[in-house]
Amino acid sequence: MSPKTLYDKIWDAHVAHEAEDGTCLLYIDRHLVHEVTSPQAFEGLRMAGRKVRAPEKTIAVPDHNVPTTAGREDPANMTEDSAIQVAALDKNAKDFGIHYYPVSDIRQGIVHIVGPEQGWTLPGMTVVCGDSHTATHGAFGALAHGIGTSEVEHVLATQTLIQKKSKNMKVEITGKLRPGVTAKDITLSVIGATGTAGGTGYVIEYCGEAIRDLSMEGRMTVCNMAIEGGARAGLIAPDEKTFEYCKDRPHAPKGAQWEAAMEWWKTLYSDDDADWDKVVTIKGEDIAPVVTWGTSPEDVLPITATVPAPTDFEGGKVGAAERSLDYMGLTPGTPLKEVEIDTVFIGSCTNGRIEDLRAAAAILKGKKIGVKRAMVVPGSGLVRAQAEEEGLADIFKEAGFEWRLAGCSMCLAMNPDQLQPGERCAATSNRNFEGRQGRGGRTHLMSPAMAAAAAITGRLTDVRELM
Amino acid sequence: MDKFTTLTGIAAPMPLINVDTDMIIPKQFLKTIKRSGLGVNLFDEMRYDDDGKEIPDFVLNKAQYRDAEILVAGDNFGCGSSREHAPWAIKDFGIRCVIAPSFADIFYNNCFKNGILPIALPQEQVDVLMKDAEKGSNARMMVDLEAQTVTSSDGEVFHFELDSFKKHCLMNGLDDIGLTMEKAASIDSFEAAAAQARPWV
Ligand code: SF4
Repeated sequence: MSPKTLYDKIWDAHVAHEAEDGTCLLYIDRHLVHEVTSPQAFEGLRMAGRKVRAPEKTIAVPDHNVPTTAGREDPANMTEDSAIQVAALDKNAKDFGIHYYPVSDIRQGIVHIVGPEQGWTLPGMTVVCGDSHTATHGAFGALAHGIGTSEVEHVLATQTLIQKKSKNMKVEITGKLRPGVTAKDITLSVIGATGTAGGTGYVIEYCGEAIRDLSMEGRMTVCNMAIEGGARAGLIAPDEKTFEYCKDRPHAPKGAQWEAAMEWWKTLYSDDDADWDKVVTIKGEDIAPVVTWGTSPEDVLPITATVPAPTDFEGGKVGAAERSLDYMGLTPGTPLKEVEIDTVFIGSCTNGRIEDLRAAAAILKGKKIGVKRAMVVPGSGLVRAQAEEEGLADIFKEAGFEWRLAGCSMCLAMNPDQLQPGERCAATSNRNFEGRQGRGGRTHLMSPAMAAAAAITGRLTDVRELM
Repeated sequence: MDKFTTLTGIAAPMPLINVDTDMIIPKQFLKTIKRSGLGVNLFDEMRYDDDGKEIPDFVLNKAQYRDAEILVAGDNFGCGSSREHAPWAIKDFGIRCVIAPSFADIFYNNCFKNGILPIALPQEQVDVLMKDAEKGSNARMMVDLEAQTVTSSDGEVFHFELDSFKKHCLMNGLDDIGLTMEKAASIDSFEAAAAQARPWV
């Protein structure tokens, strides 16, 4: 048999039909659904008199526009249009008989955090969701795609996705990370090196010692941002850490089924002599704690650098950098460490897991914030409960952080958590686009530890100085 | 779905790279449960000021581009989220074709589901078309999907590539779900075999 990549193996195990021109129907094992990109899809099913083909493989949770303040179970405490979307999801979940975690359920949270937490996401699966950060689930060695609403409807109706195979790209992070450097710094540095279109047309497999050394939480952070690098999906081969994480989760297999699953899962790795269409290698030691300075996730620099000038770039990037600097209100040559911020947001599907909260709390312990506003939005109700149990919530609250309920919150500011025009935010989320966190708001992306450091000093800060 | 065969119309120039889906349709307009009506909010934050008044400099606010049916843009158009609201807004505005050196993957796919043709051409060719679009409403471009060509107002012809299945569906306005359902037997047998091989799924 010819050698295969991990992507090849998962792909081959899920092709339900292949046309002569290579267009395939890829069978979908898990379909995650949220309130913003699904209403039109369910409406389409109703209009055509279609059912959900595999309701038992379909899981819904409201996350994008739910408030993260107390009393949100009462729709009167939501804006009218948000309440309509959440009510539509409630109804669609019930009418079509799919698994559902309503806002009142402690298991509710960001769809990409809930899926793994509940054991829905398992190695070797195909996972889709009407959300580009579905790539997160690739941390388990699952092939996970973000899809549009028409595709959501297609998967609901047929449990398949029309796909052509992507190319294989390997991103290897060799060696060890230096102190203060985290999974977020890895994933941002990769995008900084390859650009936001560097992965277009590829599925990325992340590998190397620095990736192996990451926890499952860290691996999810890395895969989460594969989409920011343009790739459709990011993958990490499953190993003992993966199996350990999955074991005994509510929807993970048990007993003999677990054994059978393990047998297959252990074959899920790229063969030594597999062919790669593109290879990128980065030394772990070369990665520094980074922040973004512009309005594209590729605008990444080490915290020790200065704000670049448009003339540092070439081609279309010159104009883009000019526009970014103007939007961000930054002057070339300013040390990044002198950029003052007024808001801190810790949360999102990139960095809203327990390990992220631990990392931030470790920096904040016994300290007070030096910014106007700081909030922690745990990725799920269960992460929130665990953080309370571990005493992390108290550290955040004593430091002056708001301690919120689970949801997407200020990652995309569809709920009331938004930046005001001109406000500058240190954020652990994944997108720094213009207006992403609120019209006129300015976003600097970074790791939870770096965001915590910035919260204390009131400016972008090298976390290593506080360690 | 609407068919796409040929299109002759005004092209609006937008020489920006990395135009993301948050720019195309900001999140406050994602709260709809319908697919229509998003055209007025296309490029909302670039198109209107804080008081909701039109910003005269923005390309689609200029008299000569108000009826544009083609958009010529920079590299990596449509990057960011999977929101299909982006192509819905583009279509609702009246744009049926976007030309750029490259597109983000999910956006590219979403276009085809909505009767929009995204055309990827080499940078030098997009540069020529960008110049052509800058001439304003007297310069009409022509797109022929069957022939896979774009013709500038000067008659210069550029050939573009696209997947034959996508082309077929777009030309005939075919509904993907209907097509896939014709292959239900394959899905059934795959599902049965997978349930044997991987019963834990
Ligand atoms: S946390 Fe942000 S990126 Fe993640 S699913 Fe929610 S809105 Fe999308």
